Amino acid sequence: MLLLDCPWCGKRDQTEFSYGGEAHIDRPIKPVEKSDSDWGQYVFFRANPKGYHRERWMHAQGCRRWFNLMRHTVTNEIKGSYKPGETFPPVSPKENQND
Amino acid sequence: MRYSAFTLAREAILGHKNWPKMWRSPEMKSSYDAVIIGGGGHGLAAAYYLAKLHGITNVAVLEKSWIGGGNTGRNTTVIRSNYLQKESAALYDEAIDMWGTLENELNFNLMVSPRGLLHLAHNTHDMQEIGRRAHAMYMHGVDAELITPEQVKDWIPFIRLNGRFPVMGALLQRRGGTIRHDAVAWGYARAADSLGIDIIQNCDVTGFQIESGKVVGVETSKGPIRTNRVGIAAAAHSTELAEKAGFRLPIEAVPLQALVSDPLKPVMDCVALSNTVHAYLSQSDKGELVIGGGTDPQISWGQRGGFFEVENMISAVLELYPIFSKLRMMRQWGGTVDVTPDRSPLISKTPVDGIYVDCGWGTGGFKATPVGGRSLAHMIATDRPDHLSAPYSIDRYFTGALIDEGSASAVAH
Repeated sequence: MLLLDCPWCGKRDQTEFSYGGEAHIDRPIKPVEKSDSDWGQYVFFRANPKGYHRERWMHAQGCRRWFNLMRHTVTNEIKGSYKPGETFPPVSPKENQND
Repeated sequence: MRYSAFTLAREAILGHKNWPKMWRSPEMKSSYDAVIIGGGGHGLAAAYYLAKLHGITNVAVLEKSWIGGGNTGRNTTVIRSNYLQKESAALYDEAIDMWGTLENELNFNLMVSPRGLLHLAHNTHDMQEIGRRAHAMYMHGVDAELITPEQVKDWIPFIRLNGRFPVMGALLQRRGGTIRHDAVAWGYARAADSLGIDIIQNCDVTGFQIESGKVVGVETSKGPIRTNRVGIAAAAHSTELAEKAGFRLPIEAVPLQALVSDPLKPVMDCVALSNTVHAYLSQSDKGELVIGGGTDPQISWGQRGGFFEVENMISAVLELYPIFSKLRMMRQWGGTVDVTPDRSPLISKTPVDGIYVDCGWGTGGFKATPVGGRSLAHMIATDRPDHLSAPYSIDRYFTGALIDEGSASAVAH
């Protein structure tokens, strides 16, 4: 079980949260200009890394607000969480190795 | 050596000293007509059907660790075809038919046991859901019966019908049941090997050689292989392989957990699952209860799920089957399952000519091993999908022709 750090409420058990998938996927700005292929990629295709992953969580049984979290998908190490609109230090290539 | 009662008796008298190895450990060649990546059930089955149905025997199966060491040897061994969509019914029901004759075909005891599978309903919504599913199954020619709580009690005498999760009825599929999972990998491996397929274990694929959009070779930890046909059957790891070949797959890896109890005397001769409370239960021939749980929501390669999932499944099992309250759990584990957005698999060509995938089976690929392998073999041999796998192309995510089993496959997601 993960101990997630809500930027507003602090650290809570994972059971208080719901998962929202990969973070930072922008909706196409000019939807009508996008092809079926672009739409398919936008709606259905997600990263599946063995390494650090930026993802969205919602504190469903707390403040009910969305935030972003950076977590390692093999070790479950949590690098940090940040509010929507905030930036988070990018990982160096060395840190992003699989182990 | 052909296995039979006679060879068993002969070897017993001779002290079991002459059993041959079930498959060779050949040196990898520098060139093959086709390469299959992933030595689980699907990959080994694909190799077997390539040789048997298409006469292509110059084939290597590359396995990163040992064959059947992934999800093939880690699942809850259940077979069923109680799906909602017609494409799924066709696929999974064909697999059930194939399991029925596979032991004779492979000359290997798979312990196929179509013992009956009950899908319990605990509330009005569940009753509507199993009613809808049963009618869909009738329409697709799959066996399905709606039964009463009293009939459920005949199947499972110790079930609690009026507890916190009252049993209002169940959907029965008599052809559902269990199969010895390791034996599936071993049986296919032995049969494929005897037809001349090379099974290369401890061989990691590190890259692909692609020339003007066509695959011409595979890079491995044991050296390069020249080939122009590659089948990927590596479950969630398929996304990593696809990335190396320069395309993406709509698959995410999530942990799925299961538990096994201490062995008991025979008490349960069916499989029972329950959508609402997610208790998924059967008894193995060794006497252990095999309990399947739900997936964690987030991507994880850690082969370890959240403890809250264990708590959920145990509390559901104890509520429905109080007889097991003193039972101790012997093992608990997590596997990495490859989930797609519509919870249906990918059996598909890819943007690279000559590379085909059979993956994305999510939480339920084991039961479809024969059909997945046969369809992948057909695609490798002919460059075309067979009639069962045609709807399972990656193109469906661009055309919108999804095969939505998200809420429909018989367990809660």
